[in-house]
Amino acid sequence: MTHLPLLPFLIPFTAAAVLLLIGQSGPATQRMVALAATLAGLAAAGLLLVQLADGPVLAYALGDWPAPYGILFVVDRLAAQMVVLLFLLAVPALLMANDGTDRQGLHFHALFQLQLAGLAGAFLTGDLFNLFVCFEILLLASYSLLVHGNGPRRSRAGLIYVILNLVGSSLFLIALALIYGTLGTLSMADIARLLPQLPSADAPLVRAAFAILVGVFLLKSALLPMAFWLPHAYSAAAMPVAALFAILTKVGIVAVLRLSVTIFGDAPAVAGLFQPWLPILALGTIALGVVALFAADRLRVAAASLVLISSGTLLFALAFATTDGTAALLFYLPHTTLATGGMMMLAGLIAGRRGELEDRLVRGPCVGNRLAIGGAYALFAVAIAGLPPLSGFIGKLMLMQEAAPLSWRPAWWAALLLSGFAVTLVLARVAALIFWQPDDPLPDQRTGGAGRAAVLLLALASPVMVVLAAPISAWALATATQLHARTPYLDAMLGDAPPTRREVRP
Amino acid sequence: MELTLSLAVGLLIASGVWLVLRPRTFSVVLGLTLLAYGVNLLILLSGRLGATSPPIAMKGASGLADPLPQALVLTAIVIGFGMTAFLVTLSLRAMGETGNDRVDPADQGRAGKDPDG
Repeated sequence: MTHLPLLPFLIPFTAAAVLLLIGQSGPATQRMVALAATLAGLAAAGLLLVQLADGPVLAYALGDWPAPYGILFVVDRLAAQMVVLLFLLAVPALLMANDGTDRQGLHFHALFQLQLAGLAGAFLTGDLFNLFVCFEILLLASYSLLVHGNGPRRSRAGLIYVILNLVGSSLFLIALALIYGTLGTLSMADIARLLPQLPSADAPLVRAAFAILVGVFLLKSALLPMAFWLPHAYSAAAMPVAALFAILTKVGIVAVLRLSVTIFGDAPAVAGLFQPWLPILALGTIALGVVALFAADRLRVAAASLVLISSGTLLFALAFATTDGTAALLFYLPHTTLATGGMMMLAGLIAGRRGELEDRLVRGPCVGNRLAIGGAYALFAVAIAGLPPLSGFIGKLMLMQEAAPLSWRPAWWAALLLSGFAVTLVLARVAALIFWQPDDPLPDQRTGGAGRAAVLLLALASPVMVVLAAPISAWALATATQLHARTPYLDAMLGDAPPTRREVRP
Repeated sequence: MELTLSLAVGLLIASGVWLVLRPRTFSVVLGLTLLAYGVNLLILLSGRLGATSPPIAMKGASGLADPLPQALVLTAIVIGFGMTAFLVTLSLRAMGETGNDRVDPADQGRAGKDPDG
């Protein structure tokens, strides 16, 4: 299967086109096609993961044009892990959307598949301009999905989100123009090869270009001064969509990781680009998330604040990316994505069972089916708060031990422990308000539905991660080692091609 | 020539940034368009200026113009065009639903005061 690396991108992309063509057919057909495509994507991603487990980094040259001229899709362990995570989250989100969200507007399934294609492409591509294109695909799909199903709240939140990201796209292009103007290439491996031998006259411009690029990625992953859009946007979206958005912030984080480890290496032109502002701002992001969490008046706003806290935590670990720190980051990332995404979906389920109150955090009728939904809530809450015995505890423990150098530890430990304490506090209060009510549940409880089953299954992700903690952390460590070795990725892209001869540029 | 073009890029981006910071959606749309023009010009310039190198192969020319920035800028233009169209539609819908064209919802409390002075 030489075409395997392309499939996680190609399957949803083709499915989106097919879904547009059959847009007039009934909902059942569309749901079936969408589900089949997502499951096929999951299968392809799983195959990649198996191949990467003990195989070399795979490179796929589009049209068989070799690097550095051609555009390559590169699958290393990091990319494989992220693509699997993407589809693992997408399947329950899609199942839940099939319970009715998809009928609130046109072309939901096509947009959903486009979003998956953009996300998978962004994880897999080995070319900076192709990364831009994939970002635009996923953003355009996310714009439409965000305002899917009408409502003034959604249009307004969508407007701000779109404007911010359009400015971000302009900055992305500025960075690309500067990088191409100075280095003469946009292929990641080629940039990594050229950076150490950069003429000193070009160094400031290249440093500025990469600073802009990192800024764009940090906007997507909601770092403090650029984080205020996130709770608005995520809580305004339909909940299955918001669950998928939980992985949207991780695209920026993975892109920064790729940039700082694979591309930068220890090139002098970009050395120390993150210090000391990134850890400080990441801690600020955690603090902002905690404040937003306390201020939340709806469960969905609380869940969006949890995404913010998780973003801040991951970004702090990113700032010092040592091998062990990256391994801890790579263990924590799937856990937090699945748990916060699941919490979003759960907020949607609860909102559907409380009548006009929806998921407002006030006293009201208790939620029917308390055992299943409340149990799932408890699992998500314990996992997110980082309490033992679930995976959040293990992840946070790894992060505490590895992510920060000694001088940063007091601040880092305080941030992790205090944010964990705040999350426990708020989520316990939410549980008391929603589940421990003496009032009887409303009569028109919607029961059954594949979506509910999917969410309940997703709640088991964290216990499963605990049971499999040893193999998963071994995988994360091997991934981090491969990432930091750099040569597997660069060699897979460039092979033993001789350095390209470049014309002298004025 | 270098000076003219860099001034043009700077002016376009500066006007774009100013317009994006305005409170009403229409000026923001215009601002993003200007921003996109400035950025597109910048991408084109990353292939260097030259009066002697033709874009397609010609006899007697000393070299060729770098074709990649042209491809990049074409992609950027197409994407920017689509995004602008989407943003215009979205602003119209937001205006239809909320009855005003402010970008920031917090601004609605001061609706009596014209933000443009």
